[in-house]
Formats: sequence, C-alpha cells, structure tokens
Amino acid sequence: MKRGKKDYAKLVGFYTLVVAIILYAVFPFYYAILSSFKSGSALFEVNYFPFSLDFGNYGSVFTGQNFGQSIWNSVLVSFGVVALSLLLGLTGAFALARVRFRGRGLLLMTILGVSMFPAVAVLSGMFELIRFTGMQDSLWSLVFSYMIFTLPFTVWVLTTFMRDLPLELEEAAIMDGATPWQTITQVFMPLMWPALVTTGLLAFIQAWNEFLFALTFILVDEQRTVPVAIALMGGNTPRELPWGNIMAASVVVTLPVVALVLIFQRRIVAGLTDGAVKG
Amino acid sequence: MPMSNLTRSRVRSAWIFLVPMLVILALVAGWPLFRTIWYGFTDANLSDPEARQFVGFENYLRRGDDGEWYGLLAEFGDKGNWWLSVWNTVKFAVVSVFLETVLGLVIALVLNASFKMRGLVRTAVLIPWAIPTIVSAKMWQWILNGQYGMMNDLLMTLGILSQPLSWTADPDLAMASVIAVDVWKTTPFMTLLILAALQMLPSNCYEAARVDGIHPVKVFFKVTLPLIRPALMVAVIFRFLDALRVFDLIYILTSNSKDTMTMSVYVRQQMVDFAEMGYGSAASTMLFIIIALITIAYLKIGRVSFEGGR
Amino acid sequence: MTKNALYALLAATLGFAGCGKDKSEGGEGESAALTKASNEPTAPVEIAISCGAVGKELQLCKTGAAAWGKKTGAKVKVVSTPNEASERLNLYQTNLAAKSSNIDVFQIDVIWPGILANHMIDLKPYTKGAENDHFKAIIENNTVKGKLVGMPWFTDAGVLYYRKDLLEKHGEKPPTTWDELTTTAKKVMDAERKAGNDKMWGFVWQGKAYEGLTCDALEWVASYGGGSIVDSSGKVTINNPKAAAAIDMAAGWINEVKITPQDVLNGAEEEARGVFQSGNAVFMRNWPYAWALAQDADSPVAGKVAVVALPKGPSGRSAAVLGGWQLAVSKYSKHPELAADLVMFLTGAEEQKRRAIEGAYNPTIGSLYQDADILKATPFFGSLYDTFLNAQPRPSTVTGTKYNRVSVEFFNAVHEVLSGKSKAADSLAALESKLKAVSKGGRW
Repeated sequence: MKRGKKDYAKLVGFYTLVVAIILYAVFPFYYAILSSFKSGSALFEVNYFPFSLDFGNYGSVFTGQNFGQSIWNSVLVSFGVVALSLLLGLTGAFALARVRFRGRGLLLMTILGVSMFPAVAVLSGMFELIRFTGMQDSLWSLVFSYMIFTLPFTVWVLTTFMRDLPLELEEAAIMDGATPWQTITQVFMPLMWPALVTTGLLAFIQAWNEFLFALTFILVDEQRTVPVAIALMGGNTPRELPWGNIMAASVVVTLPVVALVLIFQRRIVAGLTDGAVKG
Repeated sequence: MPMSNLTRSRVRSAWIFLVPMLVILALVAGWPLFRTIWYGFTDANLSDPEARQFVGFENYLRRGDDGEWYGLLAEFGDKGNWWLSVWNTVKFAVVSVFLETVLGLVIALVLNASFKMRGLVRTAVLIPWAIPTIVSAKMWQWILNGQYGMMNDLLMTLGILSQPLSWTADPDLAMASVIAVDVWKTTPFMTLLILAALQMLPSNCYEAARVDGIHPVKVFFKVTLPLIRPALMVAVIFRFLDALRVFDLIYILTSNSKDTMTMSVYVRQQMVDFAEMGYGSAASTMLFIIIALITIAYLKIGRVSFEGGR
Repeated sequence: MTKNALYALLAATLGFAGCGKDKSEGGEGESAALTKASNEPTAPVEIAISCGAVGKELQLCKTGAAAWGKKTGAKVKVVSTPNEASERLNLYQTNLAAKSSNIDVFQIDVIWPGILANHMIDLKPYTKGAENDHFKAIIENNTVKGKLVGMPWFTDAGVLYYRKDLLEKHGEKPPTTWDELTTTAKKVMDAERKAGNDKMWGFVWQGKAYEGLTCDALEWVASYGGGSIVDSSGKVTINNPKAAAAIDMAAGWINEVKITPQDVLNGAEEEARGVFQSGNAVFMRNWPYAWALAQDADSPVAGKVAVVALPKGPSGRSAAVLGGWQLAVSKYSKHPELAADLVMFLTGAEEQKRRAIEGAYNPTIGSLYQDADILKATPFFGSLYDTFLNAQPRPSTVTGTKYNRVSVEFFNAVHEVLSGKSKAADSLAALESKLKAVSKGGRW
C-alpha cells in the first residue's frame, strides 16, 4: 500500500504522542532508579544519567531486614484480596446488573457510601474489629479489612460492564438450561476479561500499596507488608532519611506489579475479539 | 414457559449471589462506620476514651457562654480550618479529576490503537499508579525541592525558568504542585478503566462509521463517547470519591499547611495530633455527608441510572 | 478471641464509661500473669518493646534488650515502629485506646508524656532514686501531675553548624549573637556568590509548618527572653514584644536580608542538611545527628564543619530546645514490674554509655559527660554540656493532651509571619486569644 505525505505526518504525530506519554509516565520513575544507585552526599546532586552503578542500596535492602519476606506477604495479601473481591464482586454484580428487583438503586448507593469515609476515621473502629476477631498480626486481617475499599469499587465497575452485555447471550444460556452460576462463569466471564483484569489489577495495586491498616494491624516484622517495610527503613540516626535505600526498595516493589501488568495486559485486549460471541 | 416463575427464581438466585458480598461488606464496614458516627456525638478524647459524654450536636454547632457560635459548622475564618479545608478539597478534587479524565481519555485512545510495542507502552503508563503512594509522594518531594530538586534544574536547563521556584513552599504554587503530582499518579487509573471500556465496544459500530467515511473526531464524539459513557461515569465517581478523601499525598508533600489542607488532613489533625476523637469523628461524618451530597448531585446531573438492566 | 477485647467492644458499643474492669491495672492482672507464667515453665515471659525503626538505633536497642534478657531470663520482642514521629504516635494511640497489651514498653518523644500520661504507669516505685542522676529538666518534663511517666533514654538539643573554612576565608568568627549571625551570613553569602557559587545561602533551618518549626521558633523566642509560649503555671505568655521581635527577625532572614531560601518554609531537618551538606549554606540549625553525616568520607563539607551553641538573643541567653526520647510502661501491660525493670536497665548509666559510644546518643545522665571514653568518641559532647543541661523544654507537660494543639497553633502563627502574610505582633495577638480559648482560660 502506498502512503501519502499526510499519512506519514499522521504517523509521526502519533509516535510523538506515544513518546511524550512514555516520558511523562516513566521519567520520575527513571529518576528514582537513578537515585537508587547513589549514596551519601551524591543524592543531593542532580544528574540525568547514571555515572556509577552502585548496587549497595539494593544489597542493604535485602540484608538489613526481612524484605523478601515482606514482598511475599504483600503478594499473598494482594492475591487474596483480588481473588475474594473478584469472586464476591462478580456474583454481586450479576445480581445487580442482570436481575431487576426492588431496592437495587438503594443497595448500589449504600455500597458506594462505604467508600465515603476517610481511612483515618475508620482506623480505630477497624482495629477493634480486628482485635475482636483475633486476627491481629495475621495477614487475614489485611485481606479482610481491604474489602472495605476494594469491594465497593469492584462491584460498581463490574455491574456497569455487565449491564451492557447483550441480552441474547443470557437468553440463549437460559434456553440451554444453564444455571445462573454457569451463565456467569461460562457466558459472561469470557466476555468480561477486560473488565475483570482491569478491576483485578486496580484492586491488586490498591492492596499492594496500602499503608495505614497494614502498619496498625500487624506488629510483628515477619508479617509486615512492603509499604510498611519501606516506611520502617530508617537511617543510622533517627532523623536521617536513607533516601538511596528507599528508592532501591521502591524500585524493587514496583517490579512485580510491572511484571503482572505485562502478563495480564494481553487479557485487557482479549475481550470481544476472542470470538466469544458465538451466537 | 411461565415468565413470572422464571423471574422469581432469578430474583432468588440474585439474592443468593448478593448475600456473601453484603455480609462481608457489613462485617467490615458496619462497626467502624457506625462507631465513627456515634463518636461524633461524644466528647471522647484518645487519652482516656472511656471518660466520654454524650454531647448531642455540640461538636457540629453550639453556642458558647460568650454568645459566639462554636463547632465544625462555625469553623471559618479565624475560628478554625474546617470550611477552608472543605474548599481546598473541592478545588483539588474538581481540578485533578477533570485533568485526569481528559488525559486518561487521550492516553487510552492512543493505547487502543494497534502499534508495535503496545504492551510495553501500556505497562509503562501504569507505573505511576503502581508505586506506593508513600514512596511516590516522597519521591516528588525530592524532585520538587527548590534547592537540590530535579524539577528546577531541568526547567532551568531547558530555559523555561530563569530562577528556581519553591514548588511546595510557595503558598501560591503549593496547590498546583499537589494537583500536578496527583494527576501524574492517578491518570493510569482512569486510562486503564477507559481502555477496558474501549476494548469491550462492539467493533461493528466503527466499521459502519469507517465505511460511511465519517471524520474520526466526529466518530469519537458521536459513537465512542456515548458508548463508553457509563464506564467513564463510574471511573469518575470513584476517582472523585478518592480525591475528596485525599490524604497521604498532601500530608507528605505539604504536611498540615493551611494552603493545601484537605478534609482528611483536617480529620487526621483532630484525631491524631489533637487526640480529639469525638470532634474528629464528627468531622469524618461531615466529610461523609459532604461527599454523599456531591455524589448524589453528580449522579443526578450525570443522569446515571440504576435501571439499565433487563 | 480475647475476653478483654470483647469487653472493650461491648463497653464501647453501649457507651458505658468507666464500667469496664481494667484487668491489667493494679496487682490482680500481674499476679494472674505470674501464675500463668509459672504454670507454663516452658514459655518464658515475653516483654514487647517498641524502639527505633531500623539501622543502628534498632540494633542498639536489640543488643541492650538482649543483655537484659540474659540477666533476667525473660524474652524480649522488639516491635519496630515508623521513624515519622506522628505516624508512631498514631500507632501508639490506636493500640492504647483499644487497651491492647501488645506493646509493654513504649519509646516516647519528649513532648508525649502529657499526651500519653493516662495510659502509662507511674515509674516512681521502680526507680529507687535513679531519676536523680538524670538531667533535672527532663525528669520535670516527664513528670505529669506527680506521676513519673517515662525515664529519659537519650536527649537532643538544637545546635548551630557552621562552615569553618568559609568563616576563616572571610575573616569571620563564629557568631555568638543572632545579629552577628545575620551580618556574617550575609557577608559570606554575598562574597561566595560573587565568586561564582550562585546557589550559596547564609542560614538554613526548619521552617515547614510542623513540630520542628515550633522548636526553632521557641529557640528564637526564648533567647529573646520572650518566654516559652505557656508558662509553668499554665498562663499563655506568648503575646509579648520580645517574642514578636524574635519572630520578625526570622521573617527578615527570608524576606529582607534574604540569607534564607524560601524553600525553608517547607523544609524539615533533612532538607536543611541537604543544602548544608552539599556545601550551599554557611550556617545551619539542626540536631547533633547531622554531625556524623556531614563528616562522612563522601560529604563535600567533611572536615570543614564545626558545631557551636545557638546564638544569644538580646536577653544575653542562648536557648536550645530539648528533644530526645523516653521509655514508658503501658498500663495495659501484663507484666508491668518486669517491663519497668527493663526500662530501668536500658536507661541506666552503663547502657547509656554504650549507646553514647556506639551510636553517639546523648546521655541524659550528667556524670557521663565527663566520661573519657564517651568524650573520645564524640568530642563536642563535652563543650556542649551546658547546652544539653539547660535545654529549653517545650510547654508539653503543663498543656498535657492539648500540647499538640498549642504547637500547631504556634507554628501556624509563626509560619504566617515567615511567609510574609502578617506581622508577628498581629499574629501573636491572634494566637494568644486562640490559646486562651483552647485552654479555657489557662486551665489546661
């Protein structure tokens, strides 16, 4: 196919936009990586390219404390949160999106209302609850308490997406004698991949990054999650901020998320193109 | 097939599906939320939470012995920072969510096109959202530092600035800086949700439009936007709820400074710094009411319906 | 599920104040715990202590606690808490409000005794007079309504860092008054800028609206003879011309003489150190921690830095604000006696000496400032003995739970003046009426 000048201009414009977007999103992170290779007074100087690769910060991140353990804890908690909120969210969303019943609007509003309180205010009540159920110092306390912010969001987003799926699909399933559970898992789920992966990723990141609850509900080092572990990094003296270590740690904790996105991003585009609309 | 029977069984299975979710939500949220509202009517102090008294609406509004009004609702001007923090929060939320939506839309449209290395770009775009807030806020604090930060250095090297600015210290710049960082951090959230909506669009609409030779911009406004509107509205609601409760970012970047104090920062100051559990809980409840009112207004104006189902 | 938690939940739900029988208070809980311990000889009693975050501080705490464990046979668990003081306070308060016995010994900031007093036991019965060896000002600070809330562990006080080399180069002496500091800073800064370093500043300190500004500003005010915001009887004294002059002087550093960059208005200790350690400031107000870092091998200013007491004001007095940390025992601890014993061990002379030598933590016991081993490790401990001894406490004990409120109102008022939004006299007058309202007329 022959391309005109106009097409080339368009192409150049498009890729300029892509490059601008990448720079915008990644440059501060690049700067964090740069800083993670510096130590001492060099941190207070500005430069844009790595002049020396000093892996000392990475070394001390992993030798100084149970950082590996913290990453593992965060992985467990985040996957637990994603699994639980997707399961509950998907079934809940099916009921809210596909079935007409009285009080549906009110229910949706109530669910939304849960995300209208600030975390600081909920904290002490939640702490009492966690102590009451004996979950303190256990990762379950986090999986459980994170539901307060992942569940409303998951339910709402999945409800919106599910509402727009064609009615014919469901009718066909009912004709075939499928139970509602089968309808969800075999008819809707394949169509919902973009929405599921997206909400799952967002819930994962929220759980991965949460700080306040994780700090308060867990006091033993072996069960700490990553953001708390980073916040607990101190310098040799109480007032010193070990900047290089913190940057190294945050690069380390961002990588699993990046890997996860790389793996799952294909699923975001899977959607309808996968030929799920068979009839 | 008797339709009513089918409907009844569908409603029953709907409730079976709903119950686990509702039970978990009630368990998690019920007690903490109820407790917050209840404490708002007491004068509880963290130093001795049991020595508290029921004070009715005094935390919200009361007339002092000197004839002046006190309480949250009277906290404007010299009397306190409550209404100032409400105003700051609304300003912050409206501007940042607006910018995030526009940027998110643009980026999502770009990512929706097919080109080489799309997967990598999609991942790169998500990085800001993936960094824990406590870390990225501190990172920006470092970058925006007026003396040894990168931002001034970069802008001066590029010749955009002639002298360094105090991004977070200058009262006139602080709010703008905080908003810019929030936009950087949370645009990926919008991008991802919009992208998911774009990906779920039936492709035949586009083909029809392409065959008819309609200009892409027109296609966007006439076809794409209306179709992704429901998803967009939900994304905006949740971003808005988050922005109205913004805390970490502002607290780390500018701490308790009045120029950027938001409702959550105010609540934290009352509850933690001042140990005023009762008053802080009342402020949380007010925060809830304000957010609820804004959300209802938004849903009404945006005409988001709950009755889309069949 | 613990019965205690259930009880707390019930009591809180029903709003019964004071009906809950506090199990851990008094002897009953203790003896119950001891019988429990003797019934299960395999599991030694465990004391949980919150101290430090990581790094050397945590390591020193761990070795100290382990030494005590060896002596007594009890187990010690170290709970690491965030470095950020306000995050730490939030964590403590959440635990204490829920009467949790998770942490027995708390490391508390010098301004927290008043805030946390209700949740801590009185240490007097356990000290055997040991508190008399410590600095009197700190013991007074830690005594709330006759109750000794915490034992001093290490102290801290504001000091002035300066560039030895630059002062010599321009023929100046280290300043002894604020006026001298202003003139010298201006002169050296201008000369250095002319010589090519356009990033040079005269004087950096902590000006962000946070507790650090309260410290800095109280130092200016106290050295001017302007009192300590609230006097020991609880009277609000801040609205006086001397205090106003002191704060106006600081505002002048930013807005008139311009020896201090505007960024100081959002800077804490580390930001100030960043500027000073990069070689871009002549003077810096900071805590002693910055010394070792500035002298570090890779520091551009290593060997060019010296420390003196903060300058004097017109009153002829130099004031350094008292910082530092204490150890306190929770009222909800299941083993208060053992916990108190651990506190006495860690705050004792032997342990403080070890910490002073290995970590440069300032002892709170006066006699240790003549100890040859300590002076060998950190020479300026000796010359700054008076600074530490006479450090100016913040009015945290008299204002009790309201201290943070006082501090916030104070640093906000000062911050307004520093950012040029108002004059100190007006700002302090408004502050006075606010503080009077908070204190309900001096009854804190």
